[in-house]
Amino acid sequence: MTRIAWLVATKDLRIEVRSRVLLWQVLPFGVIALLLSGLALGPTQAGNSTAGPGLFYLVTLFVTLLMINRSQALENAPGTRASVATLGLDPAGIFLGKALALTIELWITGLVLLAGSVVVLHTALIGTVHALPSVLVTLATLAVAGTLYGALTQGGDGPATLLPVLTLPAFAPLLIAGERSFSAALHGGALWEWWVIVVVALVAYTAVGILLYGVLEES
Amino acid sequence: MVVRLASAVVMSRGFPLLSGVDLEIDRGSLHVVTGANGAGKTSLLRLLAGLDALTSGQGSVAGVDLAGGDLRLLRRRVGWLGHEGSFYGDLSVRENLVFAARALERPLPDVLSALERVGLSHRTDTITKQLSAGQRRRLGLAWLLVRRPELWLLDEPYASLDDAGREFFDHLLGDVLLGGATVVVSAHDPLRSSELEPRTLHMVGGRVQQS
Repeated sequence: MTRIAWLVATKDLRIEVRSRVLLWQVLPFGVIALLLSGLALGPTQAGNSTAGPGLFYLVTLFVTLLMINRSQALENAPGTRASVATLGLDPAGIFLGKALALTIELWITGLVLLAGSVVVLHTALIGTVHALPSVLVTLATLAVAGTLYGALTQGGDGPATLLPVLTLPAFAPLLIAGERSFSAALHGGALWEWWVIVVVALVAYTAVGILLYGVLEES
Repeated sequence: MVVRLASAVVMSRGFPLLSGVDLEIDRGSLHVVTGANGAGKTSLLRLLAGLDALTSGQGSVAGVDLAGGDLRLLRRRVGWLGHEGSFYGDLSVRENLVFAARALERPLPDVLSALERVGLSHRTDTITKQLSAGQRRRLGLAWLLVRRPELWLLDEPYASLDDAGREFFDHLLGDVLLGGATVVVSAHDPLRSSELEPRTLHMVGGRVQQS
């Protein structure tokens, strides 16, 4: 399982480096969305606003949906799905590999957006650095859950439109927990209780993915 | 017997792709499935590859029961070459084959010898989506050579091949058959090769009409 996971993850990351979709499409979109969010707050509000963490996670949500669709699209190119299916890869390994690659891509995006939030939304630098561990764990959980939901919607008639609808109930608690952790890091408050929600979700989605990814692929 | 189908039916969204196929294929044989567009050639090959499920009837391929067996195990035993590109377009030729070789724990030198065999050794670092259609066919064959399946399922393999490519392909098929593998090819027309002696299966309306 881990061998296949590593194989799939390195393949997905290599394709990402080669195609530069993350660099030229996803990151510019995220930065522009963040910039527009800052403009929406206005110059007088941005510095003192408590909306920074929420806006950061709102933009992260948009970017995550784009990247989930991108991750699944790699496997759905005409002919690729059938050829790779005949390799008979362990589905749990595929799930972990795709989730790992998506996690790394989201971490890169998250770091850029965090830096952007300091510049554009004027979130405090020290607080933002303190929020970094919780942001990374939240992004990993979004990646794992997103890989699972991405498999659920792949191959359907309208995966791009179905994905946000299906993921909303799953992502909402994660985004709220992530936002609360980020706010706690910026303004003080209970940090760990929000972490627990995210970590439990990470473990639960990983377990469900390992068990059910093969079933989702077959369906 | 590598393939045995009895009254095999495959439905997709209420539409019959195969409507009662009876078929037996011996080990080491070459079969060509002919028929018009929509006759069921690709559907038959997909069923044999374990890519589509049997709706009713009975069948076994490479020792795996199509009705209740482990289709993942079956897929590892067959090689599939579809008429579309079959690879990751943003990976290089070598990277695609190394991915397959590592997935199946095949030795990496097999990749280089397969590329040499199909005449792509000068294209190892070319990004796959930059290959011509004919070169992609050859890459598909290299993928199968690395995999060494016991049943080769080739969907319209002659599409996009020039005369030299067809001749090369026929030679390769001859070698594969000599190696003991079984080959099923779908094609609009019967094979032109004078070297190969295939058995022809003609499909009409999702059934094998004559063989």
